Amino acid sequence: MSDKVVAELHEPTPAVGDGGPDMIQLLTPEGQRVSHPDYDKYVADLTPEDLRSFYRDLVLIRRLDAEGYALQRQGELGLWPSLLGQEAAQVGSGRALKPHDFVFPTYREHGVGFVRGMDPQSSLQLFRGVSQGGWDPQENNFHLYTIVIGAQALHATGYAMGVRMDGNVGTGDPDRDTAVICYFGDGASSQGDVNEAFVYAASFDAPVVFFCQNNQWAISEPVEKQTRIPLFQRARGFGFPGVRVDGNDILATYAVTQHCLDEARNGNGPLLIEAYTYRMGAHTTADDPTKYRVSAEVEEWKFRDPILRLKTLLAHEGMADEEFFAGVDEEADRFAAELRDGCVNMETMAGETMWDHIYAEDHPVMEAERAAYLAYKASFEEAN
Amino acid sequence: MALEKVTLGKSITNGLRKAMEADPKVVLIGEDIGKLGGVFRITEGLQKDFGEERVIDSPLAESGIVGTAVGMALRGYRPVCEIQFDGFVYPAFDQIVSQVAKMRARSLGAIKMPMVIRIPFGGGIGSPEHHSESPEAYFAHTAGLRVVACSNPEDAHWMIQQAIECDDPVMFFEPKRRYHDRAEYDTAATSAPRSLFEAAVLREGTDVTLLGYGPVVKTMLESAAAAEAEGTSIEVIDLRSLSPLPIDTIVASVRKTGRLVIVHEASSFLGMASEISAQVTEQCFYELEAPVIRVNGANIPYPPSRMEEEFLPDLDRILDGVDRALAY
Repeated sequence: MSDKVVAELHEPTPAVGDGGPDMIQLLTPEGQRVSHPDYDKYVADLTPEDLRSFYRDLVLIRRLDAEGYALQRQGELGLWPSLLGQEAAQVGSGRALKPHDFVFPTYREHGVGFVRGMDPQSSLQLFRGVSQGGWDPQENNFHLYTIVIGAQALHATGYAMGVRMDGNVGTGDPDRDTAVICYFGDGASSQGDVNEAFVYAASFDAPVVFFCQNNQWAISEPVEKQTRIPLFQRARGFGFPGVRVDGNDILATYAVTQHCLDEARNGNGPLLIEAYTYRMGAHTTADDPTKYRVSAEVEEWKFRDPILRLKTLLAHEGMADEEFFAGVDEEADRFAAELRDGCVNMETMAGETMWDHIYAEDHPVMEAERAAYLAYKASFEEAN
Repeated sequence: MALEKVTLGKSITNGLRKAMEADPKVVLIGEDIGKLGGVFRITEGLQKDFGEERVIDSPLAESGIVGTAVGMALRGYRPVCEIQFDGFVYPAFDQIVSQVAKMRARSLGAIKMPMVIRIPFGGGIGSPEHHSESPEAYFAHTAGLRVVACSNPEDAHWMIQQAIECDDPVMFFEPKRRYHDRAEYDTAATSAPRSLFEAAVLREGTDVTLLGYGPVVKTMLESAAAAEAEGTSIEVIDLRSLSPLPIDTIVASVRKTGRLVIVHEASSFLGMASEISAQVTEQCFYELEAPVIRVNGANIPYPPSRMEEEFLPDLDRILDGVDRALAY
């Protein structure tokens, strides 16, 4: 290896504040639409109506997040992992999916779940402690949240291998060809399971799109702790394409995800998308980011707000007026009220249901322990 | 009827083949299981007959084997994973105990995890470290998994088929030093003689109950035959199912004999014998004539193979355990 290459390899790559020259962007932080030769076509057919609905989704999921935070502070949730700042990455990628595509989220993809049609209450169940998940992944092709970092990358890959075994890749039939998308963060990129998933997905040409939201922080550790090179470049080492997109730009995220999903459906998977974004809040409500990052950094990212830039575009291009924006805000208020109401009224299941659903087939230990529990409970009533 | 003399290893091969013929959703995944047929040749010939998509040579990453199998199960497949050796299962531990075991409960029963994880286990083959371990208790401890171990060719044949048919995840332990043992049985029998989760009383007796699973079952039978010559009547039970535990069969036997000796290769501390001993004590307190005796591996890492005969329960150590039970 030449000295020059070695020197380049050892030169630490700073967290490029603006995402660097490779980052795909279609909408600047100032709300200016900019052209890109490869990706314009994916947004060309978007109508003003579509863009207004993007805006609505962004506002509603930011409200969902704010309510989750508040409900935790009020003691109604045990924990809340905030998505603040990552709305465009989630809505843009989520809206690019087809109904028959399949999603493997982390525990922060409340926005993706929302645009998949999940009941917004679903996101709250786990954190309220009424179930460890609680939904049927097949209803909206949206898998359960996975908390063990990166473990879902292998599930997504195996699922995609199954899609290929089913022959649902590269047929040219848009109702049949299927892609799988797997969400994870910059911290997860260090996990063995994510790297194994890259190897498996490449070996078996799995129709999976790995969607890494690089929000710059894994709890208290900056992304430089996870990687020397920009994360999207990791894909090259595994033999598949990687692309960095401005994760705060809903148009670019939508376009790049469309492209990658199409590639996967056509049999050219896997692919990696690094959505370059920022975690504006804490990792979860149990975290205190003032201990490890400076407020100037957060202030700087406020200028790249994903909602503000779309609002600017809509207003500037005359695609939406004040009445529309006020209407969305009112809808968000109603949405929030329903969310709070649903959350505090969520039912806690009876104790004896703890033994349900552990096994699909009869299991003597489950039955014996449930019976013993019920007898124990009944003994108090008899005593009364 | 098709009486044939078949090895334990080939019995599993035949069982896998039948399962794959019966259900096109059954797929195998593991290291070297394709052209080579696995390091123990258990999948020999299957890739040739069922193709590379159903007999998948995996990259060398065990978490990947189990983790991708989870995804395949979610897509409607019935994956059968092969872990090459017992000591190589630990890289997949998170996927097994946190993902496979809990997936159904987390979905409140909406999804199931029909998968089998095959693990050749136990010592006695003269291998270097990590090739002779008995990690079954880790998995028996984990709710959401089922854990079984076969001990003879006929059981291996039907048990692997039942494990694959099961809608729950099954850890399937294969006694690697018994792979070449042969037995004659009806290989055409389609219906299993009994449930995968029942123990088998292999030999009736009145003085002591001898209980074990996997590779030590053969040693237990030899011990019982030797004891008979000395006038001791031993009842031998092959546990077969480690989770759920077929405790009723054990309790019925101990109520008859009053004495229980539990044999396994795994270390004794918090091993299967510890739990069985506790449950038998709870249920047979008044019938026990002696404390439950454990004849297990020592509480050390598996020793170098030149010393393994000193570590493994053999006929003499089992009979010593029987004598200790009878001494009360």
